[in-house]
Amino acid sequence: MSAVATEPRRIQTPAPPARGPRKRWTRFVLPTYVVAFILYISFPILVIVLFSFNQTRGGFGTSPRVKTTWIGFTTDWYRRLFDLPDLTTALRHSLTIGVLSALAATTLGTLLGLALARYRFRGRGGADFAIFLSISAPEIVLGAALASFFVALGLSRGGFTLFLSHSMFSVAFVAVTVRARAAGLDRSLEAAAMDLGANPVTAFFKVTLPLLFPAILAGFLLAFALSMDDFVISQFTQGPFTMFPTWVLGATRVGIPPHVFAFATIIFLTGATLAGVQALVSRRRT
Amino acid sequence: MERHLQPDLPVVEAPERRPRRSKAPYGLAAPGLLWLLVLFVIPMIAMLSLSLQTGTSLEGFRQTFRFANFTDALSQNGVYVVRSIRNAVIVTAIALLLAYPVAYWIAFYGGKFKNVFLFLLLLPFFISFVIRTVAWSFILSDNGIILGSLKSIGLLPESYRVLGTTMAVIAGITYNLLPFTILPLYVSLEQIDRRLVEAAKDLYASRTKAFTKVVLPLSMPGIFAALLLTSIPAIGDYVNAQVLGGPGTTMIGNVIQSEFLRDRNYPEAAALAFVLMGILLVGAIVYARVLGTERITEA
Repeated sequence: MSAVATEPRRIQTPAPPARGPRKRWTRFVLPTYVVAFILYISFPILVIVLFSFNQTRGGFGTSPRVKTTWIGFTTDWYRRLFDLPDLTTALRHSLTIGVLSALAATTLGTLLGLALARYRFRGRGGADFAIFLSISAPEIVLGAALASFFVALGLSRGGFTLFLSHSMFSVAFVAVTVRARAAGLDRSLEAAAMDLGANPVTAFFKVTLPLLFPAILAGFLLAFALSMDDFVISQFTQGPFTMFPTWVLGATRVGIPPHVFAFATIIFLTGATLAGVQALVSRRRT
Repeated sequence: MERHLQPDLPVVEAPERRPRRSKAPYGLAAPGLLWLLVLFVIPMIAMLSLSLQTGTSLEGFRQTFRFANFTDALSQNGVYVVRSIRNAVIVTAIALLLAYPVAYWIAFYGGKFKNVFLFLLLLPFFISFVIRTVAWSFILSDNGIILGSLKSIGLLPESYRVLGTTMAVIAGITYNLLPFTILPLYVSLEQIDRRLVEAAKDLYASRTKAFTKVVLPLSMPGIFAALLLTSIPAIGDYVNAQVLGGPGTTMIGNVIQSEFLRDRNYPEAAALAFVLMGILLVGAIVYARVLGTERITEA
């Protein structure tokens, strides 16, 4: 769009091509469509947030269900957030597995990503392929394979198998994230540290690791988010150790407990705020 | 650095570009690769072995290498396999058509608000996809906020339903996969050199011509990536069919899930999972033949 392109244009201005002012209204078509698209994409979220403040009449003393009509404003579901013990337990399970599996995946994935970015070694092609496959295989295939494996081992499914499964599917994502950053890293910084007398280990911890930190953090958050969001692999590997998404799907067969919408609203606001802050901070830095 | 470690080596130009040969990569890569080997490669082998067993969940399964499990699974579930492929094709087509104009407009006219628009597009995906799907079932329920109000003003007959139909399932899968469609499209459109479009217009190409001859071909890598990233999860999905669908919308994923987790008919479920992989593999090979392999790894 700089001088190169504008130069010939100026020469031929006397004969402007047909794209004159004739279709003036059409230039509003695309922006309008984009706005409509964003509204469509956000519509379920608006509904979730709105109906988390809706009253539910009656309910025969059993747990209440979200009503499709607007009855009245209430903040009850936020005050009674932990009223459903099963839901609270499922959420605690999800958070625990999320943190533990993300920690494991971040450790393993960071080292793997570093190796792939820095070295050419035997088996590198195979490693690339395994990463590519584990990212692109359909979740149901991964879930069924893991469940088959646990069945074959005679390992009863529960928290431990969930941890193993979640850390497995996250490793590849962390490795890819860290590799991208490590590949763009100036290695002369590390060399400089060693020239100044640091041994390779010190250089790694004092120079490389801090420089990689944003990617490692991004990888951890990605792994945590993937684990929290996962339904398919959890359903195949959880056994009786119910996770938040699987509990929600089971419970909503007879109607949605309003607590689910309240939790969803809180999770959404937390995630959106964190991402927004992160985006602003990283923008200021660059 | 090389010089520091091995003083006798002559300095070659740009030594940091050349990966070192040492034992370090093995030490770094080993734990992660071991993890993937034990929890990804071996489970696939375990599933392959399971798919060739016979027996029942009560009496146990024996390794009989019964390859007929595959043909049985395929012949018994042909309807679901075909339906899944059809749904995935429709979903991918709709998602591409819906997402392309959005990605195009943001990439070309988003200006300094590009990231804001992207953020707004990805915002809904901070809520778990199960909850989003459940929310759609709430929105589309027979007397819910859309159908209920349309029915009360008489625009729709009382018996009209969306839930339980193929349309609902396809709409649900499309909604859930749109970010996987839009992001690769956006990335490739964003990389296009604007001067090429200007040049086309300077050479008297109409807006439409400039788009079809310059922008569209240059965004092809993004279209291919979007195609893969959308169709692979679409074909294996079962949550949308379970939440938004009905008896007539069962997909191959639903069969695998219920065979495995409810009926504990492990061999059939495992065989079906491999059938699904096989379909994707055939798809990928056709894709590679038509478009060249480098595009797949690029994606």
